[in-house]
Amino acid sequence: MEKLLNWIDARFPLTPLWESQWGKYVAPRNFNFWYYFGSLAALVLVMQIVTGIFLTMSYKPDAAKAFDSVEFIMRDVEWGWYIRYMHSTGASMFFVVVYLHMFRGLMYGSYRKPRELVWIFGCLIYLALMGEAFFGYLLPWGQMSYWGAQVIVNLFSTVPFIGESLGVWIRGDYTISDATLNRFFAFHVIALPLVLIGLVAAHLMALHEVGSSNPDGIEIKKQPKDPNTGLYLDGIYSHPYYTIKDLVGVVFFLFVFSVIMFFMPEMGGYFLEANNFIPADPLKTPEHIAPVWYFTPYYAILRAVPSFFNSQFWGVIAMGASVVLFFFLPWLDRGAVKSIRYRGTLYKSWLAAFVISFLILGYLGVVPVTVWGQFPDGWPLVGGADKATVLARVLTVVYFLFFVLMPWYTARDKTKPVPERVR
Amino acid sequence: MKKTILTLVAALLAGIGLQAVASGGADLRLVPAPVHRLDAESLQRGARNFVNYCLNCHSAKYMRYERLQDIGLTEQQIKDNLMFASTQLGSTMTVAMTPAEGAKWFGVAPPDLSVISRVRGADWLYNYMLGFYADGKSATGWNNLVFPSVAMPHVLWELSGPNRLVEQEFEDHGKAAAAAIAIKGLARVAPTPGGKWIVQQVATDPDAPGTMQPVEYRAFAADLVNFLDFVGEPTKNKRISIGIVVLMYLVVLFALVYALKRLYWKDVPH
Repeated sequence: MEKLLNWIDARFPLTPLWESQWGKYVAPRNFNFWYYFGSLAALVLVMQIVTGIFLTMSYKPDAAKAFDSVEFIMRDVEWGWYIRYMHSTGASMFFVVVYLHMFRGLMYGSYRKPRELVWIFGCLIYLALMGEAFFGYLLPWGQMSYWGAQVIVNLFSTVPFIGESLGVWIRGDYTISDATLNRFFAFHVIALPLVLIGLVAAHLMALHEVGSSNPDGIEIKKQPKDPNTGLYLDGIYSHPYYTIKDLVGVVFFLFVFSVIMFFMPEMGGYFLEANNFIPADPLKTPEHIAPVWYFTPYYAILRAVPSFFNSQFWGVIAMGASVVLFFFLPWLDRGAVKSIRYRGTLYKSWLAAFVISFLILGYLGVVPVTVWGQFPDGWPLVGGADKATVLARVLTVVYFLFFVLMPWYTARDKTKPVPERVR
Repeated sequence: MKKTILTLVAALLAGIGLQAVASGGADLRLVPAPVHRLDAESLQRGARNFVNYCLNCHSAKYMRYERLQDIGLTEQQIKDNLMFASTQLGSTMTVAMTPAEGAKWFGVAPPDLSVISRVRGADWLYNYMLGFYADGKSATGWNNLVFPSVAMPHVLWELSGPNRLVEQEFEDHGKAAAAAIAIKGLARVAPTPGGKWIVQQVATDPDAPGTMQPVEYRAFAADLVNFLDFVGEPTKNKRISIGIVVLMYLVVLFALVYALKRLYWKDVPH
């Protein structure tokens, strides 16, 4: 065995790769609950790729056959239902895990210098993941697949001057059609997965270059080394310590995953929508089109922005900006400390307001704007407007202020001193 | 840290609260469908009802006859009692009527019922079966409390009797809603043009009873819906029983992995 390894190492840097990326990687010893979601995201990525390969073997990217082939998978393919539920549950759980992973970054300032590139690669992964989810959602060719795609592609048609042509270019047709299904299939099964894997590799390499942050926001690499072990005082080898610890997280996650996948795969209509069991019908618009839950905060922002100069494009800009703003966090945050543990009330309040806005916007994106009725006519400013729209507008403003005011409130915040050693 | 979690929980609760307020306007009261996925006899009766009454117009084109072995029938029983349209056990439950013909005769092509339970849910389907009543004002002579102006006629009227719509008027929404709850059955609360509220329910017509007692008809509908629920996802029972084994396995694995972690982390201060 050793001989084989030496033979390989003389020709390929296998041992150095393993040691720099995981085997001898030194991580802070104080990772808490929130640090499980990175490895879990990697796990879900692998699950999605493996189940996706098997689904591709029986799925038919053809407008006349796609819906039938999904039911064929659910009924006639051996273990097809298992593979498909794993993939559909995995899609939603990917976003659950990624949102929690991103929230961890916000709480503990994981994006701060020197981890700007780790964060930016992460944001790119998030963008690619949104594309991957959007393209994949068309494939079952149900009513929600079809009309959801229609709504999103129409967003691009609001771009001034070139919008119409842009929409046709994306669809390959004047409506969502077989041509659209085929290209979305190509993007979903090969183009974006390639991009995702490349970005994940870059994300991890950048992380292992600069080293992990931790819940205290202390740079362990600035500590002296323990003369006995040769490691920084608060550092431990990620292998075997975090290998084993992440395994505990993996098994716990698989338990939650299995509860959903085996006992409530539709998750009350949020993971698999009831209307998506109706085959796509280009002539019949559903009464209420809502995107899948993980897009709803952005959808609510889109709907909240009123049209100016006869154009809906402003909403599209706002929606795009709400995602793109994440990229700038490393430079917007001027706080003296990284971790929420040593931040003052200002940052904590803004983060709480941001999370609450995000969650309520997520809810508002699921329901029709008329859900709570209208304010009475004659009320100043809001008279006659949909109550839900007004709330969505307020929350959209809060969402953007979290980013825009960040240089100001993080710099002014009364922070606590950061200790030398991790807790 | 704790504060953050508390805020998150508060936000979630706020979200749920909003949802509760949002659903306050619902006006259709459905009774839960008395179905059970493990009741093989009910599923078999449901299969019989489906083949006899539905499968003339409605297909279940993703459902193979041989799959009925999953509800405890033998190949011979399926061939002898349930296969009129086809002779191949591996064939699917299709109908001779094309969608174009269906659209011509009924206005709307009768939908395929393979996954109807996943679109509508068992409760909706059950109440739909109970919701038909004779309505001289509609084109078909029938109407449905759950699906107003539905194109489908009351195919089962001989069993249930033609039924009629009973309406009661109330001064305000609160009293109407209370009356609807007191019915303990399918009911609909709706505003009238005059600003009052009516409670609608479907009742048997004493002058024109069906061949079945109401309780028998409800059992008939429940069996049928139970079967449709099975057809919507034939692997459901397997999914749940495998799921239980998987969860038990993961519990044991968790205990082992956690013990291993404790062992490895013994000398790490944390």
